[in-house]
Amino acid sequence: MSGILTIMKKELSRFFSDKRTVAGILLPGVMIYLLYTFMGSAMGSSFGVDEDYTPTVQAVALPASMEALFQQAGLPVSSIDLQGQQAAKDAITAQELDLLVIFPENFDETVAANTFAGDGESAPNIEVFYNSASTASHTVYMELTQLLDAYEAQLVNKFDINARGAGGDLATEEDSMGSFFGMMMPMLLMIFLYSGCAAVAPESIAGEKERGTIATMLITPIRRSHIAVGKILALAVISLVSAASSTIGTILALPKMMGMEGAGVEMNASIYGIQDYLLLAAVIASTVLLLVTLISILSAFAKTTKEAQTYVVPVMILVMVLGVTGMFGGGASQDLVSYLIPLYNSVQCMTGVFSFSTLTSGVLVTLAVNGVCTIAGVALLAVMFNNEKIIFSR
Amino acid sequence: MQDILEVQGLTKTFQLSAKQQKLERTKQKVRVAVDHLSFTARQGEIFGLLGPNGAGKTTTLRMLSTLIRPDSGDALLDGASVVREPDKVRSRVGFLTSELKLEDCFTPNYLFDFFSGLHRVDPAVRRKRKEELFTRFGIDRFAEVKVANLSTGMKQKVSLVISIVHNPEVIIFDEPTNGLDVLTAKVVTDFLQELRSQGKTIVVSTHIFSLIEKLCDRVGVIINGRMVVCDSLERVCDGLSLEDRFFEIYKETAGDGE
Ligand SMILES: Nc1ncnc2c1ncn2[C@@H]1O[C@H](COP(=O)(O)OP(=O)(O)O)[C@@H](O)[C@H]1O
Ligand SMILES: [Mg+2]
Repeated sequence: MSGILTIMKKELSRFFSDKRTVAGILLPGVMIYLLYTFMGSAMGSSFGVDEDYTPTVQAVALPASMEALFQQAGLPVSSIDLQGQQAAKDAITAQELDLLVIFPENFDETVAANTFAGDGESAPNIEVFYNSASTASHTVYMELTQLLDAYEAQLVNKFDINARGAGGDLATEEDSMGSFFGMMMPMLLMIFLYSGCAAVAPESIAGEKERGTIATMLITPIRRSHIAVGKILALAVISLVSAASSTIGTILALPKMMGMEGAGVEMNASIYGIQDYLLLAAVIASTVLLLVTLISILSAFAKTTKEAQTYVVPVMILVMVLGVTGMFGGGASQDLVSYLIPLYNSVQCMTGVFSFSTLTSGVLVTLAVNGVCTIAGVALLAVMFNNEKIIFSR
Repeated sequence: MQDILEVQGLTKTFQLSAKQQKLERTKQKVRVAVDHLSFTARQGEIFGLLGPNGAGKTTTLRMLSTLIRPDSGDALLDGASVVREPDKVRSRVGFLTSELKLEDCFTPNYLFDFFSGLHRVDPAVRRKRKEELFTRFGIDRFAEVKVANLSTGMKQKVSLVISIVHNPEVIIFDEPTNGLDVLTAKVVTDFLQELRSQGKTIVVSTHIFSLIEKLCDRVGVIINGRMVVCDSLERVCDGLSLEDRFFEIYKETAGDGE
């Protein structure tokens, strides 16, 4: 036992005593945060206009009703006469003016007379000119059409839908957040866990072979299985730290990325209870142990760290494909058999926890299956450490 | 004196990969690196394995230190078999070769404690030994410097110290002075003699005649994986210098037609 601890401590201090390796582990999380935030704000700015932007609108034959409406909506409007329309259009093309609205003569009177109902031809027409290349112009155009539609609806109101706060979406915050997290998180978590493992295991196993430092350990009486267990445990811890960094970066950045910030919608992880988090922690722990064991075994076959990094690529593809499967099927599989497949079962469990569709027996089967696979893998790794053809391959 | 190391018919063959065959311009698929090699080393002596490059010295010593397993034959170290009881052998032997590296990112102080841990050395004993050995080799001033930043000579001294953290009865040293500057080489050979005076048994391999003449009580000459002569230095030399005698032996053996 003390041998396992000695190896673990060595592996951990190897990583955590070097600022560069620590940075290498934590950096992905920071990068994800910055990238997502940047993408979110870039997307936001291309679709929205600054809050305090004042649009410029010109109108021909502005009727009194509309003047009041514009004022209410906070759209400053200046009246021009028909001769000015060409100049105004040019200004819009040049993106100096946002909008030109041409009302028919006597708009208010014609509308009030209401002699045209039901026939599409004689209804008064409002011409609106805008520039879709200008975000501001386009936004004001959309705003105005909505405004006018609403005004029209109000004139001929026969019935309303969900007016005055009646009716609404009955999905709870839990349900909508749950299905959102359930889609996204399993895949992201699997990728982060894989990345964490792939960042440290090849270096620790193949790297030690390459540098000839593992042989120095092998001539001491420490048991090979203790080296294997100590390394796997330490690598799992480091991988978890790395995955945690990426996950935190994502959680912090997601609201910005989705443009939900300020829109009153909060990413709320508190919809999950302690029990959910404990289940998730157990599943993640068993997954990371299995992944790190798998990657370590592949690394042990490689002569150099570089070679090991190419050997583990298939695992990356596998993990991504498995992660994507979690996005389909609406919640976790309720079929116990699908929990017999290592790693796939991890995705199913995570989906279950996030979307409140956990199959408890499935989680137990997952922990057992992953546990057995991990133990078998560690045993194999120990045998490999004892094999001179693998340790001293030239 | 008591035989502490008995080597009995050790044999090791390697499969040559296509790449190696090309590199060494040979069509043979297997290479017999060590061929039914036997010798004994007695407690408190320095035993030298002398042979040209490729003779099989390193392979022999790696089998004795349990890094690799013999195809056949065995070696008993203080009664423990390298084949059947590798763990016992590992606690009784200290092995040093240039292929065993220390991790760059650790300090000598950390590594001494780490390897003491692997050998289950009692902490009190460990502290005392560390102080003695670090002072003896002047490592104390560099105890907290990462291995990466040590000079080659200092690295070698640290490796030497690390290989004997557990105070082994038998010390196996492959090419002890290879690649060392004269000062460090002297420190190392002096230390080997000191260990002998403490009653330790030392096995060294080398292709340097003067090193054998200076250090060894007994010598075994290996050519092509076979032990050709094995006796006390005096009797092997038989009045000649070791160098002259070696070439005589070499000619006789080569005359056998490989
Ligand atoms: N891992 C190996 N694979 C193939 N051939 C090897 C291996 N190790 C050693 N040899 C061969 O065995 C022979 C003996 O090598 P070695 O024991 O290193 O000799 P020495 O140490 O006396 O110079 C050499 O021909 C060498 O090429
Ligand atoms: Mg050699």
